[in-house]
Amino acid sequence: MEPLTNKKKVLVQKPLNFAERMYLPALGKGLAITISHFFKKEATIRYPEVQREMSINWRGMHSLKRDENGKERCTACGLCALSCPAEAITMIAAERKPEEKDLYREEKYASVYEINMLRCIFCGLCEEACPKEAIYLDGPIVPADYLRKDFIYGKDKLVEEPLVKK
Amino acid sequence: MDISFVIEKFILVAIIFGISLVIAMYSTYAERKVAAFLQDRLGPDRAGPAGMFQPLADGLKMFMKEEIIPTDSNKWLFMVGPGLAMLTACIGTAVIPWGMPITVGSRVIPLQVTDVNVGVLYIFGVVSLSVYGVMIGGWASNNKYSLLSAIRAASQNISYEVAMGLSLIALLLVTNSLSLKQIVEDQHGWHWNVLYQPLGFLLFIVCSFAETNRAPFDLPECETELIGGYHTEYSSMKLGFYLFAEYINMFVSSAVMATLYFGGYNYPGMDWVLVQAGPVIAPLIGTAVLFAKIFAFIFFFMWVRWTIPRFRYDQLMHLGWKVLMPLAIANVIITGLVIAIVEKF
Repeated sequence: MEPLTNKKKVLVQKPLNFAERMYLPALGKGLAITISHFFKKEATIRYPEVQREMSINWRGMHSLKRDENGKERCTACGLCALSCPAEAITMIAAERKPEEKDLYREEKYASVYEINMLRCIFCGLCEEACPKEAIYLDGPIVPADYLRKDFIYGKDKLVEEPLVKK
Repeated sequence: MDISFVIEKFILVAIIFGISLVIAMYSTYAERKVAAFLQDRLGPDRAGPAGMFQPLADGLKMFMKEEIIPTDSNKWLFMVGPGLAMLTACIGTAVIPWGMPITVGSRVIPLQVTDVNVGVLYIFGVVSLSVYGVMIGGWASNNKYSLLSAIRAASQNISYEVAMGLSLIALLLVTNSLSLKQIVEDQHGWHWNVLYQPLGFLLFIVCSFAETNRAPFDLPECETELIGGYHTEYSSMKLGFYLFAEYINMFVSSAVMATLYFGGYNYPGMDWVLVQAGPVIAPLIGTAVLFAKIFAFIFFFMWVRWTIPRFRYDQLMHLGWKVLMPLAIANVIITGLVIAIVEKF
């Protein structure tokens, strides 16, 4: 049968000569290779002091954005919760009071907005679905924690951008 | 036997015991760091600056874990096994000359706990006894795999003892004395025994690797082949004792090799240093040189571990009985012939 690739290598197994049977020269070569690695630079990255660069399309922790006047963009329309394949987002809508005009853009806002980080798969469909450009996945890696309940990120706790007016 | 002699020996024993424990402790740290650097990564470096307190963390972990004794095990032997391993590891340090005698005023303090005139035989006997610690541990665990591993360990140990003893006989032909103090004193300056017995040294170091169950001869305890080997069923401090005893064994083997073949505390130029530094500092410099040699050997142990693949059991037995023993016998014959010829002329 014709060989299918040109990578065929004929193996020649000669009996070992005396130097090879002693194993000592081979040992010496092996030891030299190993010790050369001792003096090379290590490949370890000292996380979390040093972090690797992420790609442009990196999807990290969620953040609910504000517009240029500092008002929250999210109107609790529920499209992100609908599009989430892992059903990680839940929200409760509320009506804006007259004195809260500077806090929210439209009359409907999310009084409770929770994302369960353990369910979230960071697919970005909520970011794509949002009509108000309110949710973006541009944060860092979600930090570790001890209890399951601490992974349900609420609105004011962690999901929101800092409440600093721009 | 005055009281000052007893106190002197007691202090020396305490210091040597403490030093061997500390060195074994930091050998575990060095092992992890050296292994890491040889594998292009950093070792433990979080517990203290550059990870220096990692052995303390490991020791604390060993203390804090729960002691589990299997119900069907032989309880008395289960506890004796690690104890015996630790005992035979530690008493090996008693006959090694750690330095020249220190002269303080009118007192001459020898830096050797006891100068038995069969020192080499004592070391050899202690090394043979260390087989029992492993064997008892494997038997008392009531676990088929532990028993298999302990049997392998015991057979490996006794196979390589033969070649080791024979290489020591060749050394005896050269040194004419079994007393370690005499052997070291004969290696003054440059006349290290490795120059007279290179093949003997090679045999001894290969057998040392096998006696301490150290790679590439670590079949008794390799994690991949026999789960944990003879220490599978052990937890907390008993396991700590087994692992520690292995490192103390490594330290004692390095010390014995440095003493028998590499001149102990001798180094070229020691007479000049003795004149310059006086009778108190010069022996301590000799001791520092001995420890440098010991650390070099320990580094070599670790270096080889990550270079050579593990021996299969039949390859191990083949090497011990069919290669090393005939070589050792040949070494004795050649040494005897050379000495006889040299003496004639």
